[in-house]
Amino acid sequence: MGCLIGFWNTMEMTDMLEALHFEFMRNALLTGLLASITCGIVGTFVVVNRLAFLSGGIAHAAYGGIGLAFFFGLPYTLTTLGFALFTSVVMAAVTLKARYRSDTIVGVLWALGMALGVILLDLAPGYNVDLMSFLFGSILTVSKLDLSMMFVLCSVIAFIVALLYNGLMAYSYDEQFAKVRGVSVTFLHFLLLAMIALSVVMIIRVVGLILVIALLTIAPYIAEGYSISLRKMIVISILLNSLFTLIGLWLSYTFNLTSGATIIMVAGSCFFLSLVLEGLRSKRGVESKRRN
Amino acid sequence: MNTPVIKIRDLWFSFKDAPVLSGVNLTIHSGDFLAILGPNGGGKTTLLKLMLGLLKPDQGTVRVFDRPPGEVVHRIGYVPQDVGAKKTFPISVLDVVLMGRLRPGIGWSRYSSTDKSAVQDALEQMEMWELRSRRIEQLSGGQRQRVNIARALVDEPEIILLDEPTSSVDTKGQTDLYDLLEKLNETMTILVVSHDLSIISSYVKSVACVNRQVFFHDAPEVTADMLEMAYQCPVELIAHGLPHRVLEHHGDD
Repeated sequence: MGCLIGFWNTMEMTDMLEALHFEFMRNALLTGLLASITCGIVGTFVVVNRLAFLSGGIAHAAYGGIGLAFFFGLPYTLTTLGFALFTSVVMAAVTLKARYRSDTIVGVLWALGMALGVILLDLAPGYNVDLMSFLFGSILTVSKLDLSMMFVLCSVIAFIVALLYNGLMAYSYDEQFAKVRGVSVTFLHFLLLAMIALSVVMIIRVVGLILVIALLTIAPYIAEGYSISLRKMIVISILLNSLFTLIGLWLSYTFNLTSGATIIMVAGSCFFLSLVLEGLRSKRGVESKRRN
Repeated sequence: MNTPVIKIRDLWFSFKDAPVLSGVNLTIHSGDFLAILGPNGGGKTTLLKLMLGLLKPDQGTVRVFDRPPGEVVHRIGYVPQDVGAKKTFPISVLDVVLMGRLRPGIGWSRYSSTDKSAVQDALEQMEMWELRSRRIEQLSGGQRQRVNIARALVDEPEIILLDEPTSSVDTKGQTDLYDLLEKLNETMTILVVSHDLSIISSYVKSVACVNRQVFFHDAPEVTADMLEMAYQCPVELIAHGLPHRVLEHHGDD
């Protein structure tokens, strides 16, 4: 009990403000916010198009790109980006005809990419990348360069989505109808998967693969129930993601826990809380209907 | 009822090695109210998708207003089968209908005030303007179908194609829907894909029976010939539990 009280005493806001004196903490916060925005935008389209598994596939297969970069001594970010984009094109091609029947091929590419990465890293001379940093990243060691790259990426994605919003919405809601109206749904399909690949790779580097998938899916899923439009869903997702990241970082700083995992725990807890709330809400709805 | 609007000549289509449509010839005239009937898997929806340009024939031609179907998108209204999987999509009635004003391209067009007033007209015509701010999942099957029809009407098409419009609508809603289509038919050509003959027989002007081949009959009835050639049609009828209707038809013939 005394231990618990001790915990609560340390959880004071001043701790977080104090932490902001450190540059790495400010960078971590900015990174978290940028990742929240990017994932809120792209994740909305991932969730409404049921592309969570496919995004996971692209993200895992990206490990092959890391292997390639180290084996051939190529620039890390560009090689991984190129490889992930290539994977997304392959996945877009195989999912184009049957969007809901391509899980096996996605699963194979998922595993193949990772295996390629592991083997290439085995063979790579004198260097060993930690798989854990790929999975969980390290938000506390983000450099200025990483930050500016993320900022550019985030702006590019926000710009594309704002520009093609009507087309992307039609493609997501009713592909057949959009096609009849002459909208290039094939182009939009490739574009969406490419945007997923871009955001996943850039963000993996700083927050890790698992956090990317959590930020891509959890907040948009919660937001979907409260949104009348994709625009609103994007805004709510960004706010929720930012909240998860802030609370997660604060807890991880206060209790000295792994930041990425703590953020995921916060997001996951909110996810189940939202399910419970949803259940209560629909139960109440049924009761009021019965009364009428 | 004299100018041909859709002309299909010697059309063949197959999925992989399975033939779906063989040697189809069909001419649809303006002002027609055509019911496309046939068993499941007989090729009704495929025929519709060929007319919309969503599928390309292996052989033969489809012409809509004497053009390939892909070039006349703004003159055709399309009401797809009820999109079951996307019912929870976060979208308002208004935004769904606006989609009917999308321009060809990659979707970077903005909606103008003309587009918005066209949406209001279409929704008022469908008596759905009051529900414009509702989320699509809050609507009943019949209301959702009205929204889909408003979306097809919003670009003022000359032909409207409906794919199984009554599949998720109750009996009362079905009658309302067909009353509405009958009214629309005063100004436009209507094609309805269905396997429910009972209601259609009292509204349509002609019937096409589709079962790999297409048998056109320029009257709202299924002839003995058609029954014989598209053998499975009457089976569908009976399966729908409407034996009285079937008997009536035999009497008419």
